[in-house]
Amino acid sequence: MNDAPVTAPPRAAALALGDDALVLSHRLGEWAGHAPVLEEEVALANIALDLLGQARILLSLVGDEDELAYLREERAFRNLQLVEQPNGDFAQTIARQLYFSTYQLFLYRQLAAGDSAFTGLAAKAVKEVAYHQDHAAHWTLRLGDGTAESHERMARACGALWRYTGEMFEPVEGLEVDWRALEDSWRESVAGVLERATLTLPDGPRSGAWRAGAGRQGLHTEPFGPMLAEMQHLHRSHPGASW
Amino acid sequence: MSSSTDWPLWEVFVRSRRGLSHTHAGSLHAPDAEMALRNARDLYTRRNEGVSIWVVPSSAITASSPDEKDPFFASAADKPYRHPTFYEIPEGVKHL
Amino acid sequence: METTAEGFEAAFDAAVAADERIEPRDWMPEAYRASLVRQIAQHAHSEIIGMQPEANWISRAPSLRRKAILMAKVQDEAGHGLYLYSAAETLGTGREELLDKLHTGRQKYSSIFNYPTLTWADVGAIGWLVDGAAITNQVPLCRCSYGPYARAMVRICKEESFHQRQGYELLLALSNGTPAQHEMAQDAVNRWWWPSLMMFGPPDDESAHSAQSMAWKIKRHSNDELRQRFVDICVPQAEALGLALPDPDLRWNEERGRHDFGAIDWAEFREVLKGNGPCNEQRITQRRRAHEEGAWVRDAAAAYATKRRAGSVPAEDGVRMMEATA
Repeated sequence: MNDAPVTAPPRAAALALGDDALVLSHRLGEWAGHAPVLEEEVALANIALDLLGQARILLSLVGDEDELAYLREERAFRNLQLVEQPNGDFAQTIARQLYFSTYQLFLYRQLAAGDSAFTGLAAKAVKEVAYHQDHAAHWTLRLGDGTAESHERMARACGALWRYTGEMFEPVEGLEVDWRALEDSWRESVAGVLERATLTLPDGPRSGAWRAGAGRQGLHTEPFGPMLAEMQHLHRSHPGASW
Repeated sequence: MSSSTDWPLWEVFVRSRRGLSHTHAGSLHAPDAEMALRNARDLYTRRNEGVSIWVVPSSAITASSPDEKDPFFASAADKPYRHPTFYEIPEGVKHL
Repeated sequence: METTAEGFEAAFDAAVAADERIEPRDWMPEAYRASLVRQIAQHAHSEIIGMQPEANWISRAPSLRRKAILMAKVQDEAGHGLYLYSAAETLGTGREELLDKLHTGRQKYSSIFNYPTLTWADVGAIGWLVDGAAITNQVPLCRCSYGPYARAMVRICKEESFHQRQGYELLLALSNGTPAQHEMAQDAVNRWWWPSLMMFGPPDDESAHSAQSMAWKIKRHSNDELRQRFVDICVPQAEALGLALPDPDLRWNEERGRHDFGAIDWAEFREVLKGNGPCNEQRITQRRRAHEEGAWVRDAAAAYATKRRAGSVPAEDGVRMMEATA
């Protein structure tokens, strides 16, 4: 597929935010029927549904939601590499949730306080996201400070996903955000939760060594291709059909 | 194999809107009160059914025993004068 | 005050006869309790196992609107399972015990979920036919003699009203869509129709538990009566969909004022029930695996709660009462 260069705001911004929400929602949807306890089936689905709702609004700002979701090639997706990472075990999912929901919380707070095409959406989403962050924080405490096994799994997950956190704070064209302040708030909040969970903030590199970039530049990790293939195949198998 | 630690049972009470009492909605399992609240929010208010939630450990509830049905409640049943319908008021008298 | 066993039994019988509800701490015959636990557990298990065939399509849903609907529906099924396990719990049987019985094959779930979802249209057929049959079964259960079960069913029926409609709407879109979509819809209806009729259970004269359950007002209508009701409802709905029901013997019987329909293949029913359905092994394996792989998570949360009770971890700050922002 041929995708026009992503330049004019708010398209780049809407795609970045919308793709983050869409892709993470899809990943969380993969938990259905596999969650560690029934109550968590309901909780994870709630979060997935909130994110899918956000994605649909954001993508619709700049085009047809289904065309954008189902007919773009991998290189045209602008989501963070963090959100496309496979669910792994529950610790990996919670670490991903903690990193991302904290990011989304401070990002949407800034957007809600500003005056842009995203103000209204952010004002509504910030309440949802606050709950997602609360969910992630509570589970981080329980896994980090639960049993020796859960502590080890949670520490490993936080470490493994750390390298995907750097690109969250690279400016996105069309978003009026104080990225420096965002990063500071994020680091302080995540460090606080991890400390209470008897875990430490990882200190490894926060991005890959590849200079070409990452998700915001349409460069993704290998697990993303199969995920998209699965998500898009039915829609693409019936060109022009309505559902 | 399977978990040996069964999470305790909690009773959930939901205030459906301001001005109404909390009413019993059901129960759920959770490891502690904080998680019980959150599970209750996800389970019992996912269609906007509530504005406030209480969770109470099921083990903390003391219930009247159905065996005591008669001694417990019978005496209340024979005091009809506690109810306004006990009193006859002439027809046409208003605001009573 | 009558405190003898006969007195209790008489009080129970009188309450059931007067259409009053039996509540958890009331005296009840052990067989009534056992029968309820069996039925509620099977119902709860069906909700939980029933998530799988539909969850199979969440990742492939062909539009974002459909994806949201399907996620919400599968989520509801988890919620309904929880309501039902809670109802069973009021009879003194914990969820862990019931799940263990499910995982070891000592308790059953509805056989319908042992059929595979092969195409997207199957999601529609499940909503229309499987949920339709379930609702026909469940609406009378809202008046079941056992209070907690009846209350759970009221909540479930209320929430489920969208399940059937979304399935019907999904099939309608396919039926009115491209020829390939129409064919997909017809194929799904062909495969799901007969298993849906089996959901009402064996014919009345072969049903092991029916008579006693009806006497206790756990059940309100016979299997055959509900099955007939379902067929009569579905025929005009299928016409409106523009899809055929795969039964050459299906026709209106003027005299009875109801539809006649063909013979159900009870041999298939019994085989699937015995564990030889296309997905029996797969469903239970996935369920067992999710439970086993989640054990360390449940243990962690329990350990954390124990530490906090013991005071070795400071209590989380925050209010005890959560005022939702809704």
